[in-house]
Amino acid sequence: MTKQIDFMGKRKIAAVFSAILLIASLASLAINGLQLGLDFTGGTLVEVEYASAPDLEKVRQQLNSAGYEKLVVQNFGADTSVLVRLSQGFSDTVGAEVSAALAATGEALELKRAEFVGAQVGEELREQGGLGLLLALGIVMLYVAVRFQFKFSVGAVGALIHDVIIVLGAFSILHWDFDLTVLAALLAVIGYSLNDTIVVSDRIRENFRRIRKASPLEVINISLTQTLSRTLVTSITTLLVLLALYIVGGEMINGFAKALLIGVLVGTYSSIYVASNVLLAMGITKEDLIAPVAEEGEEGEAVDDRP
Amino acid sequence: MLNSNPIWKYFLIATILVLGVIYALPNLYPDDYAVQITSSQSSESLDQTHLEKVRSLLEEKSIELKSVELDGRMLLVKLNNAEQQLAAKAVLSTGFSSDYIIALNMAASTPDWLKSIGAGPMKLGLDLRGGVHFLLEVDMEKALSQRLQMTESALKAELRSEKIRYRAAEKVGIDTLKVKFKKEEDRDLASNLVSQSYRQFTRETLDEDDAFYLVMKMSEQSVKEIEDYAIQQNLVTLRNRVNELGVAEPLVQRQGRNRIVVELPGVQDTATAKRIIGKTANLEYRLEAKAGSGSLSTQTLPFKSEPNRSAVLENDIIVTGSNVSDANASFDETGMPLVNISLDGTGGSRMLETTKRSLQRRMAVVFIEQKPEIIRAVVDGKVVEKRKNKEVRSIISLATIQGVFGNRFQITGLDSPTEAAELALLLRAGSLAAPIYFVEERTVGPSLGQQNIDAGLLSVQIGFAMVLVFMLLYYRVFGVIANIALAVNVVLLCALMSMISATLTLPGIAGIVLTVGMAVDANVLIFARIREELANGLTPQQAIDAGYGRAFVAIFDANITTLIAAVILFAVGTGPVKGFAITLSLGILTSLFTAIVLSRMITNFIYGGRKVTKLSIG
Repeated sequence: MTKQIDFMGKRKIAAVFSAILLIASLASLAINGLQLGLDFTGGTLVEVEYASAPDLEKVRQQLNSAGYEKLVVQNFGADTSVLVRLSQGFSDTVGAEVSAALAATGEALELKRAEFVGAQVGEELREQGGLGLLLALGIVMLYVAVRFQFKFSVGAVGALIHDVIIVLGAFSILHWDFDLTVLAALLAVIGYSLNDTIVVSDRIRENFRRIRKASPLEVINISLTQTLSRTLVTSITTLLVLLALYIVGGEMINGFAKALLIGVLVGTYSSIYVASNVLLAMGITKEDLIAPVAEEGEEGEAVDDRP
Repeated sequence: MLNSNPIWKYFLIATILVLGVIYALPNLYPDDYAVQITSSQSSESLDQTHLEKVRSLLEEKSIELKSVELDGRMLLVKLNNAEQQLAAKAVLSTGFSSDYIIALNMAASTPDWLKSIGAGPMKLGLDLRGGVHFLLEVDMEKALSQRLQMTESALKAELRSEKIRYRAAEKVGIDTLKVKFKKEEDRDLASNLVSQSYRQFTRETLDEDDAFYLVMKMSEQSVKEIEDYAIQQNLVTLRNRVNELGVAEPLVQRQGRNRIVVELPGVQDTATAKRIIGKTANLEYRLEAKAGSGSLSTQTLPFKSEPNRSAVLENDIIVTGSNVSDANASFDETGMPLVNISLDGTGGSRMLETTKRSLQRRMAVVFIEQKPEIIRAVVDGKVVEKRKNKEVRSIISLATIQGVFGNRFQITGLDSPTEAAELALLLRAGSLAAPIYFVEERTVGPSLGQQNIDAGLLSVQIGFAMVLVFMLLYYRVFGVIANIALAVNVVLLCALMSMISATLTLPGIAGIVLTVGMAVDANVLIFARIREELANGLTPQQAIDAGYGRAFVAIFDANITTLIAAVILFAVGTGPVKGFAITLSLGILTSLFTAIVLSRMITNFIYGGRKVTKLSIG
């Protein structure tokens, strides 16, 4: 009997765990929404670097008295670095004006960047971003359906949607800024999580064909056990580099690193529990995998190199 | 023999490795601080005398020079550090007249032998080198309605001159013109005229309320042409403006249907940049003064291409560039180059009047530029720089009026097709450009750029080191194999990016970091498989062969899907995010090569072709 860890025995607990995470994420997304970054909302942003850490409340008052209203002042990375978001329209000199207003009290500071994004550009980017996510999911589903089998593609896409929602939920619950780099990270999460799921699915397919006397649940357990060390090693190396990026990569790339860190953790979990759970729930059987083999040449090739 | 390498495979892999190292090499040479000198006259190139002048100017102020290079139209003065760069710029700006553009630049210090095979470092994005990014939008509705307006006046003028009576003409929406006639035969005549001279319109007739209408609608094709034209025109104008800013390696590029990206690396003064970019060039058509006219009513202007030649022109302006509706280069029957010019209605009638009474006189086209001028004044013992815009007029063409003409005419007597094309460009640049406005603007300070580079590099190094250590501890000898593959992967990725001169951005660096983490995956899959096959009782040699063979399908499927996500990201993303998509996709491709082909070769090299009882695979 092949060695197996009883992953699927705990599948009900996993399902409940996933459900809780999903509900919490969706609820927060519905209530709080996402704190969209400048890229998506449009608006004006000025970043200045102080010589010594300023009092944010004082900075706010200073800007208010200089005639700026409706603004958000926050630290950006280091506590000497201050980010000011203005809702008012952009003028050519806003960066210089804001830093002049702040320097009026004699503080030493330097303008690091000033950005303006038109409202329409932001709106388009939002649409494009959402569209890109959906497109990625759709194409991936198609690819998996062709390469494997329909039930696998439901499992894979289910796992992906699960991961994406939870990462979005984390950003919503923790009020992190969701900007263009986070969107990029989200697409990378889709790529990564899928990578994981496919490796597992590939093994499940192989084992269904190879092991004659085993229930689907046992086949999945065996497959998960066999791929476990690979799943863990790859997750660890990826998490290691992401940690490096998160800690020393700087504030501009921080959201990106956070999104991927969460995404890789959730993606690893989902490739073990979500995708396989869906397969079981849809009643995967040996016949599902053997039937198309006779018809599809491509599948036949994959079979040839197996004993 | 199982697991041995054929000789050709060594050659192939060695060739790829050598190429990779060579093309990645330029990235190791740090950029030099440089000052770049170009002439604002596009035709004038710099020569040895300028070079000597630079040397003597810098020597005078005892600024140490690293090297001076004469590169076609550009003189590149390399210096040792940032302070000297600034000092040198100040010295050179005072030493050279305002006909020269002096700009700060970072010059690649790629050695000549690498340059000669086309190798160069990766380009850095704005987020890494600092600078200004603008996104401009062209007002297409305005462009269309302007064109419709011009067509309306031209058509009216033509109907009058053809003695076709019309009652009224009105614009409907942004692309339709409705002309009212009292008599049907007039309408038919007009329709005939339109079919010949206004092919960009579709015609429809309409009879109602005892009147006959001709409805002209711009065809979709011509709407698209007008939009392309509006963008092209603005691109040309913007490029001219940006060149005047004296920025090293500026980028002016169309984005999507109606937007233009302008990136100015190294520029910090957004306000000045915007003022100059926002200005459009203009043109004036004027008659050459008759001999003996008083100096009060005339003006002497130089030629744009030949600064030493000049002509005396009348002060009266016949038409301005805003009356030009189109200009393009073509050839006459004998194959001589010429430029076709179309004027709008008002411009056409003024031109007609002028040419009637001025046959055989010469008419000049005057180009007006706004040039920023730096004025230095000493205030309280300090030198203060002030920027002011100066209008500079120069003649781009002076030609004899050969006949009476109205809204369509030609400029002939040009030396070459290139000259014709350039003249047409200039004429268009001065004509009515569709209005543009700024929809996005980003300024990245130079300190932030450097900070981003440092942070990015540090995270690559730390991430890389951690993965190396982990793999070594977990897989022993096979860990070393994976690590070599990983190191080569990073080199190949850099080489590939340098070869296609992809732009490296901060998210791009993040993509490299992510690639480092994910690229070991293929090797991990293979090693896990080898371990399993060993456990299944295969001999080490068989296990290696089976491991590499069977893991391939999973590796292929898994990487294809990540590649799909990356390609979509490339399509959706803009600017820096595109950089991430590029590094991620290229990283996947290079990692497939290193993890499968290269690591197999090393494994075979270590274990292949001999009796092995045990594999060191953790």
